[in-house]
Amino acid sequence: MSELAPASVRRLRSLAISDAGFVFDPRTGHSYSANATALCALDALKRDVPSSEIAALLRERFAADDVEVEHDLAEFIRALGEHGLVQSDPGGGSNGSGGN
Amino acid sequence: MSKPRYERPSLVRNVVGRMNKAGLRGGLTPTEAVETLPAERLVAEFGSPLFVFSETRLREHVRRAREALQRRHPDVRLCCSYKTNYLDAVCAIQHDEGSLAEVVSGMEYEKARRLGVPGEEIVFNGPMKTRDELVRAVRENAIVHTDSFDEIFAIEQIAQELGIRPAVGLRVGLDVGVYPRWDRFGFDLANGQAMQAARRIAKGGKLRLGGLHTHIGTYVLEAAAYGRAAAALSNFAGEIERQLGVRPTHLDLGGGWASCNTLAGQYQSGALAPPVETYAEAITTALLASGEGKSPLIRVLVEAGRALVDDAGTLLTSVVSTKRLADGRRAVVVDAGVNVLFTAWWYRLNITPARPVTGIVEDTVVFGPLCMNIDCLRESVQLPDLRPGDVLVVHPVGAYAFTQSMQFIRLRPAVVLLDTQGRAELIRRAETLDDLVGPELLPARLRRAVELADHGQENGNGPAAKNRLKR
Ligand SMILES: Cc1ncc(COP(=O)(O)O)c(C=O)c1O
Repeated sequence: MSELAPASVRRLRSLAISDAGFVFDPRTGHSYSANATALCALDALKRDVPSSEIAALLRERFAADDVEVEHDLAEFIRALGEHGLVQSDPGGGSNGSGGN
Repeated sequence: MSKPRYERPSLVRNVVGRMNKAGLRGGLTPTEAVETLPAERLVAEFGSPLFVFSETRLREHVRRAREALQRRHPDVRLCCSYKTNYLDAVCAIQHDEGSLAEVVSGMEYEKARRLGVPGEEIVFNGPMKTRDELVRAVRENAIVHTDSFDEIFAIEQIAQELGIRPAVGLRVGLDVGVYPRWDRFGFDLANGQAMQAARRIAKGGKLRLGGLHTHIGTYVLEAAAYGRAAAALSNFAGEIERQLGVRPTHLDLGGGWASCNTLAGQYQSGALAPPVETYAEAITTALLASGEGKSPLIRVLVEAGRALVDDAGTLLTSVVSTKRLADGRRAVVVDAGVNVLFTAWWYRLNITPARPVTGIVEDTVVFGPLCMNIDCLRESVQLPDLRPGDVLVVHPVGAYAFTQSMQFIRLRPAVVLLDTQGRAELIRRAETLDDLVGPELLPARLRRAVELADHGQENGNGPAAKNRLKR
């Protein structure tokens, strides 16, 4: 149950991503800085992992106790949409990751 | 092995000119401590938000300015500009360093007297001085600088009634190329009013001529303007001596030296203020070169406020919440707003986190806690991912922030002083509701309504409350 359209997954797969968090989009020439959790999420999104599982993954790798990982992840996907890196689909708005 | 700390996943577009070689990482140095005391510990002990003043830095700034002036002129005194920051401790430190008091109201005058400053060491400026305030000031030999002919006439009358002949100075309005020109204060030199006022004081038979004062503006970055002001005042003093046969007692060059703050509209980053030595050099060189240099030197007063006090003040504030705005920008709400940082409207205050930064920093809007759209401390500042409770350090806020703070929506926070040994002492406790409602008088008939409403667990506005009141 991935929220991303296949085209979005393909788009993310085209990004060049370094372990240090440097992200390059060959289609636009834009570059980005990603933090460690964003790298983890991007890697999972590229592999078409459902967002509920990505949230679990983040909880497993990072000391995330009481923070709202699902919400943050939905925000992150929305931000990817704003950067034009995924298609913003009407169902996957700012809050509705469906993860919780 | 412990897991790395979780941060919100974040992808930030790299913009040319804002990157170092690690992208947006690591470009931000936290401010973990004020002097030697960790910011987080100060907040834990004294609450948040919290004003923190450094005695060491304040003394350093005052000494440096004083020495810069006294190295170049034999008779200069600094004056503590009360309105810049009239917290007792802040003024007392400056008086301890030998500064006179510069006040612009009866309230400030009273404050200086309470601190033990004798009248003759108080410079009384400003466009409004009530009759009672003037009576007290002339009785106590304060250094009064008049602002208008009406004020001169009022003092003449007081002098007559008291049977004394006090010394009275005047504020002189100068055009020295500083924009905007502050021409609403005092007597203009160019149109002859200043000479007219001096003549009235010196020759009116009721007063003696005191000193000449000017204050050319505030945050004046061009130190040379002070040279022009000093030369103009000095030449005017010479002219008075020639025409009226009396010599002004002092020349007061006012304040307005720029502080280490950054103006909101400033394009360049970083503070642009010249060092205090540059201002001192401009003033003293002009005085010695003018006619002044040839006769015994007249005493010089300087009332620099923000340049001495701004850097000594820091505000610690805590994150209340974080959010994304409609346009995707990151925003934080903190517990101090323009209610305590009025100065945020014209300064681009530095805001830094109090703990080491990990991960990416991002353009962030910093909002205060007021339910008002105008309550914004910074439109854009680079900050890391923050959580509620994280402490931010705002600097410099020593000048005007506290004196212009208001009990609007929230009460004013506590103020601590870090002494020269690095100890923190409370110099003003946080306000309580009693501080706000203490002066209020609730008419008895309304008080009853409140009591009834309290008992009836209603807000007192509904028809039920009104019915009960009728019974
Ligand atoms: C007469 C006078 N002196 C001194 C000052 C202190 O100014 P600043 O803090 O800009 O040095 C002011 C401020 O407005 C002033 O009006």
